[in-house]
Amino acid sequence: MVTRTSVLMVLGRVFVQAFLVALAIVVIYPLLWMLLNGVKSNSELFADPFAFPHAWRWENYVTAWNRGVGDYLTTSVLVTVASTVATVLISAWAAYGLTRVKIPFNRTILILILAGLMLAPTVALIPLVKMFQALGLYNSFWALLILYTAFRVPFTTFLIRAYMLDLPFEVDEAAAVDGASKARAFWQVILPMCRPIIISTILLNVLFTWNEYLFAMIFTSGGALQTLPVGLTNLMAKHGTDYPVVFAGMAIAAMPVIVLFFAGQRYFIRGLADGVGK
Amino acid sequence: MRKAARWRNLVWVLPAVLLLCVFCYLPLVQNLGFSLLKWDIYSGRQAFVGADNYVKMVNDPIFWKSLLNNTLYAGISIIFQVFGALVLAALVEGLPSSRWRGTLRAIYFVPSAISLTVAGLLFYFIYEPRMGILNAALETLGLGNFAQAWLGQENTAIFGIIAMSQWQGFGYCTLLFAVALQRIPSELFEAASIDGVGPVRRFFSVSLPLVREMSSLMMIVTVSGAFQVFNEVMVMTTGGPNNSSQVLGTWLYRSGFVRNDFGYAAAIATAVFVITLVLAVLQLWLARRRRVEW
Repeated sequence: MVTRTSVLMVLGRVFVQAFLVALAIVVIYPLLWMLLNGVKSNSELFADPFAFPHAWRWENYVTAWNRGVGDYLTTSVLVTVASTVATVLISAWAAYGLTRVKIPFNRTILILILAGLMLAPTVALIPLVKMFQALGLYNSFWALLILYTAFRVPFTTFLIRAYMLDLPFEVDEAAAVDGASKARAFWQVILPMCRPIIISTILLNVLFTWNEYLFAMIFTSGGALQTLPVGLTNLMAKHGTDYPVVFAGMAIAAMPVIVLFFAGQRYFIRGLADGVGK
Repeated sequence: MRKAARWRNLVWVLPAVLLLCVFCYLPLVQNLGFSLLKWDIYSGRQAFVGADNYVKMVNDPIFWKSLLNNTLYAGISIIFQVFGALVLAALVEGLPSSRWRGTLRAIYFVPSAISLTVAGLLFYFIYEPRMGILNAALETLGLGNFAQAWLGQENTAIFGIIAMSQWQGFGYCTLLFAVALQRIPSELFEAASIDGVGPVRRFFSVSLPLVREMSSLMMIVTVSGAFQVFNEVMVMTTGGPNNSSQVLGTWLYRSGFVRNDFGYAAAIATAVFVITLVLAVLQLWLARRRRVEW
């Protein structure tokens, strides 16, 4: 029997599904527009913004690459890989110390590390510029590596520590009985057991570093060393009238992270669940 | 255990602690000192001026405009990225097909994976009066009268930027809420549906209370994020036109690096620090009060 409430329910469900799909289209359309604009000609861009390109000009991507996007990409990859490795290792090392080793003042040290979660980079910006100038590291690869690592250690330690707390302590005892030192137990037993959380922290850190702008802009000003986010604004400033090339550059910058997200989606969501659930 | 051995164990936390102390906490303290100086970084001249920079800040209309814009950012972000994302997550999780759930969550998240620079540039072009799709879409819909230079006008620029932020950020929040909703034991939903509770009431009496911890966390993260906004404003308007879309971060940058007034920039940084500290304390207090166990 068809009742009034069940008709309402079905209507409601159809409405909700239509809404969710419409929203998905609204969200994804600007990105498709960006990709399409990257293969148009300048006059096509202005003629009809919704139209498909007549001929697909893939050479725009080559032009963008040659106008610096290739260099920015190289810098971004280097900075991202180096700071992600450093952040995850230092954080896992600290998390092991905080959960499985007797340390003096461990409570204070824990608070000291986790309080860093609340610190906004802008607040430390002015003194950091002066400090890096004094150290002779201003406008260098090292400035970005150090800053990204320092500012990401609190969050990464927080996630890995939460995971390590759940690992059984018998494992450590067994390793100790077998005569393994603490360091050996870390490298050969605990770190491999933390694989899921390590993968998700790697994804989160790559996402952060790849997209970071404030430090990259201020600490690499005017040099050959620029990451993609900063390089793109330069491309825009220098070749701003050649819009399809700018769009192509944007697409090149966006693609690697989107691909990485879809490849590691499972781990990523698991990392979020672990990180925010504790 | 021998005392010396215990001290030697500090080697485990030493790299993390050193990095944080030298590159996060020391600058934080230095910043307070710098905010009391008049400081020309190019000539290197420094002079102690006491609270002058703070007095200047209180009397600076652009500082207040920036603060207002940050507050506006926070308010609108709460509506879309906390309430909106929570409702959206509940709708997505309520879908019968798990394949659709995953696909929609992933699509909504994609803008969060691209950098704010790309998103900012993209929306700069979307708002562009001649090639942009916003005005073109309005004209197609017969609303051509509303077409305008969105980022070129004082009364619309900041809203254009905030709208881009919502597009970019809501998927991340939806994903987090989806994760929180999945953690609710399914028996609770089953019990509710046996009692004949409809989907709307189920949302308000089961889902909402049980993700309260996540909601307050998201609220604080969103709000403190709103007071740290920098990149999107820098890329889309650099604070213009006529400082109408200035936020604390960009005004700090402009004061220090463009107008060469580092002492004043440090004073603005202190203001940002105080605001984010208050929000952080609020977060701890809320987390303690609102812990829900099941």
